[in-house]
Amino acid sequence: MKKILSKFSLAGLTGLLMIGFSHIAMSEEMVAVMEEVATINSGDTAWMIMATILVLLMAIPGLALFYGGLVRSKNMLSVLMQVFVTFSMMSVIWVLWGYSLAFSEGPYNDYVGGLSLAFLSGITGDSISGTIPEFVFVTFQLTFFALTPALIVGAFAERIKFSSLLVFLAAWGTLVYAPICHMVWGGGIISQMGAVDFAGGTVVHINAGIAALVGAIVLGKRIGYGKESMAPHNLPFTMIGASLLWAGWFGFNVGSELAADGTAGLVMINTQVAAAAGVLGWIVMEWISKGKPSMLGGASGAITGLVAITPACAVVGPLGAIILGIVASIIAYWAVTSLKISLGYDDSLDVFGIHGVAGIVGALGLSVLMSSQLGGTGYGDGMSMMSQFVVQAKSIGITVVWCGVVSYILFKIIDVTMGLRVSEEDERTGLDSTSHGETAYRS
Amino acid sequence: MKFVTAIIKPFKLDEVREALSEIGVQGITVTEVKGFGRQKGHTELYRGAEYVIDFLPKVKLEVAVSTKLLKKVIEAIEKSAVTGKIGDGKIFVMDLEEVKRIRTGETGEDAL
Repeated sequence: MKKILSKFSLAGLTGLLMIGFSHIAMSEEMVAVMEEVATINSGDTAWMIMATILVLLMAIPGLALFYGGLVRSKNMLSVLMQVFVTFSMMSVIWVLWGYSLAFSEGPYNDYVGGLSLAFLSGITGDSISGTIPEFVFVTFQLTFFALTPALIVGAFAERIKFSSLLVFLAAWGTLVYAPICHMVWGGGIISQMGAVDFAGGTVVHINAGIAALVGAIVLGKRIGYGKESMAPHNLPFTMIGASLLWAGWFGFNVGSELAADGTAGLVMINTQVAAAAGVLGWIVMEWISKGKPSMLGGASGAITGLVAITPACAVVGPLGAIILGIVASIIAYWAVTSLKISLGYDDSLDVFGIHGVAGIVGALGLSVLMSSQLGGTGYGDGMSMMSQFVVQAKSIGITVVWCGVVSYILFKIIDVTMGLRVSEEDERTGLDSTSHGETAYRS
Repeated sequence: MKFVTAIIKPFKLDEVREALSEIGVQGITVTEVKGFGRQKGHTELYRGAEYVIDFLPKVKLEVAVSTKLLKKVIEAIEKSAVTGKIGDGKIFVMDLEEVKRIRTGETGEDAL
């Protein structure tokens, strides 16, 4: 009864206020202030803060353990360090100039942003982006900027010089990630074409995959590759890492909606079933072709499915997500077990084979699966399956060429000036003790 | 006195230890070792990269026994370690010249 009374009085008060307000001509300033206040949504904001922390969990410890378990025990700490420090360094660069180059408007706005938001100048606690505080948006995007270079680390694990790695990734983030991010999400040419990349198929995974491939080729193979055993030293770590990546990926994909709404729900179910389908696809391939399904295969399949659904997660239906997960893991399995061996490059932890290949499968596959007849959300105005496919292919092409060329130049410059690889003796001894002066395991 | 070295499958260690205790053996030394015999190695596959594992893990146990107990010891190890499948291991017997218990200074069979 008390409640009902209070509700009545509240309604009455609101009504009175409304009548009162309608008689007062509101100044434009007042309208603007009211709109700004209305745009922050606490539900969205709370979710985006959580999503940001989930992406952080993907990188450290998720990615670090996923990679760490795959190397030999003498290089365990070096991989953990490479991921951990890359993630930290990129976080700082994002604040200094990364965010500005990716998300501000600049003189070459089709390709890259300007420097007007360098040092996050002008952004305050009151700044709003969509329905969330801009600082939350900045931090969410920061985790993408910090995670993507950490993915590349896997391609030349066990042989790269730590200082050269950091220089390369700082330059790569500035000259490759920021422009591609601007082209896709910051209003540049890829978004103008109508390409769909919901959570980072081109920006994150194809980008990292291509840089990884170029890096693996420029650096050359590990000493003893193909002759000595380079079997993973701790697959349980890899399983834990893959599981953390899987869980964190909900922050990555669902968070990319930037709101807690219906689309977020679609993205959520799609992310889950694409990962699951990826696991099944990969282990069935192993079972058929090699006789035994493996834990490493299961973990690889999960990541493959997650990568493939990343660009597509808001435009396909759950059945489409399952198809995408299975198809991606079949193709990535082939890339990792056959293509890599026939081309003869040593992508230590299969960054290209998984992120590059599954990223491309996802970016192209969504043009078919987003059809409303196949359970997707349908095409944009004036777009069809064919035209979407062409646009997706173009967006991949731009990413591959930009990232490939710039990465190659950067690697070559660093190779000539600083050297990319550690000495043969250091590589034999292991990077833990020779680069970092510590060892992961004591007996 | 005899010195018996046996290479066995690791999971058989407990059974072998029990069998030896039952016939009165008072101490054994165990080492985790790797090696190959007729069983040879096996292959492991990691994302298509195939590695041949030449050396398989085994357990080596060493027992010093009196000559009159030797037959029983060999029998006990043989019975408890056998699976009938390839890779069950081997038993080596050597003459043992001298034994000394460090704590008391006893020598010979008294020290066993």
